[in-house]
Amino acid sequence: MNAIIFSAILGVVMMFTGIFTDKKPVITLTAIISLIVLLTVNLLNSYGLFSIQIDTKDLLHFNKLGLFFNTLMIAATLIFVLLSGSEIEKISNKTADFYALIFFVLCGTAILTSYNGMLMLFLGIEILSIPLYILTGADKHNLKSNEASLKYFLMGSFTTGIMLMGIALLYGATGTFGMASVGTGALPPSSGVQGPAFLQVAGLLLLFAAMCFKVSAAPFHFWTPDVYDGAPSVFTSFMATIVKAAGFFAFIKLFASNSSLLGPTWNILLSFVIVATLLAGNITAVFQRSIKRMLAYSSIAQVGFMLFALYSNNDLGTEGILLYTVAYSLATIGFFAILMKVKDYTFDGFNGLGTTQPVLAFVATICLLSLAGIPLTAGFFAKYYMLASVVKAGGPLWMVIVAVLFAAVSAYYYFKVIQAMYFKEGQPETSEITGGFKFGLLLVAAAIVLVGVLPSIVLNCFYF
Amino acid sequence: MPIQYYIYFSLALFSIGIIGVLTRRNAIIVFMCIELMLNAVNLLLVAFSKMHHGAALLNNATATTGVEGQLFVFFIMVVAAAEVSVGLAIIVMMYRNTHSVDINFLNRLKN
Repeated sequence: MNAIIFSAILGVVMMFTGIFTDKKPVITLTAIISLIVLLTVNLLNSYGLFSIQIDTKDLLHFNKLGLFFNTLMIAATLIFVLLSGSEIEKISNKTADFYALIFFVLCGTAILTSYNGMLMLFLGIEILSIPLYILTGADKHNLKSNEASLKYFLMGSFTTGIMLMGIALLYGATGTFGMASVGTGALPPSSGVQGPAFLQVAGLLLLFAAMCFKVSAAPFHFWTPDVYDGAPSVFTSFMATIVKAAGFFAFIKLFASNSSLLGPTWNILLSFVIVATLLAGNITAVFQRSIKRMLAYSSIAQVGFMLFALYSNNDLGTEGILLYTVAYSLATIGFFAILMKVKDYTFDGFNGLGTTQPVLAFVATICLLSLAGIPLTAGFFAKYYMLASVVKAGGPLWMVIVAVLFAAVSAYYYFKVIQAMYFKEGQPETSEITGGFKFGLLLVAAAIVLVGVLPSIVLNCFYF
Repeated sequence: MPIQYYIYFSLALFSIGIIGVLTRRNAIIVFMCIELMLNAVNLLLVAFSKMHHGAALLNNATATTGVEGQLFVFFIMVVAAAEVSVGLAIIVMMYRNTHSVDINFLNRLKN
């Protein structure tokens, strides 16, 4: 409960900060302090030292996994603000409002990690999405940002409609908004409708489609590249990591208990979605010229891997999704922080970065290696746990092989950036880089390698 | 009235909404169609709520089953209002920059 209440309050605090001061560094500092407060409060909650108790009528259910996931999300946001806070300041003079919206998004995440029923799922997703529509269009005078925002908004609310239809049909079939809604057959036999099972399956399929859209899994991924490309880079970084991971958590939680209703169809459906996502993400990413757009497609490809946790639905899958969140968030936030410092977003814009900015190039290399899943980086163990969980759950081996093959494809486009940085001549234009920024980047790189060598660090935090 | 009338009516409204979103090119009309989808869901929820309530009353004269469906409708209305405020702001922002609310305009990002 702490995280939900405090993130909402701190969001309002951030809005007021904008009234009392115009100095952007002060606003960023307030945001950092607020995030640290939020992190502390949530940690206290996870260890049972201080928690606000409110009777939620069983709409919210707090467990250790959800609280730990909250901690990860808030910590990722903290790293994000520390590294990219100066970029948020550059977008416009409404800095405080952007931070406020980020806190509201965190409130949505906290609801999504603890929901227990369709009502809170719906509210959590909306609280998460609505601030994002605004953040996507934050750069008001940039046409691309406008366009991305409108597109995201229209597609997002369209899917909300579909999701609500799914929920309504489930409610009609079972008479409850609870999580475990396996056929109680509450429809009176005289109603003449084709039986509750039909309504329930239709409802679940609609929900599945809507959740696939929210985490941008194929075939509902078409909005992702445009929105990620058009949004200001800082917020793309935020969307691609924290928001996506929270959506995933909700997705897994929703179908962990409900998927049995769909029977064997569920596995076929899900493996189709996984393979399509891997295919669409990886193959299209190969042909991109802009690195930002390439990262958008690669984030679709990473979703394919994360979906394995949904497929396996066991403890290894849970550990895997936690590791994946950490690995993917660290690498993406780190790489985006570097990307924003480079003026030209094409591959050529990175030519020769290895000689002009050795620290940036080094950290970028670590991040990209982690995204590609090379051993000794966090990404390797994340991918390993995902595949191991599928094997443990007795999933088909061909899916694991396909995933490994696509991981090899992904190495191609990640290495293209590394090649541009170290093996090509050029004078990349970068904005000014402070010592503190470099230090922060090195810490991120160190964290990636540390998790890559000892993944148990993250998992131990979860178990103890 | 039997429940299936409500179901078919809601599904019809919902489908009109979907068709509108997929075929119309004016951002405002697309937006209205999305609202239509949400309201179709509202209607369906209320109908189901009444149905479950009626079924529960047969066994227990003081049953309150089915209230949660109507509660959900209020939440949907609130969220839809929030979405409208954000969505119209976005459309106005785009209109200021392009002097058009045509969705066909949204293909600049492709290249």
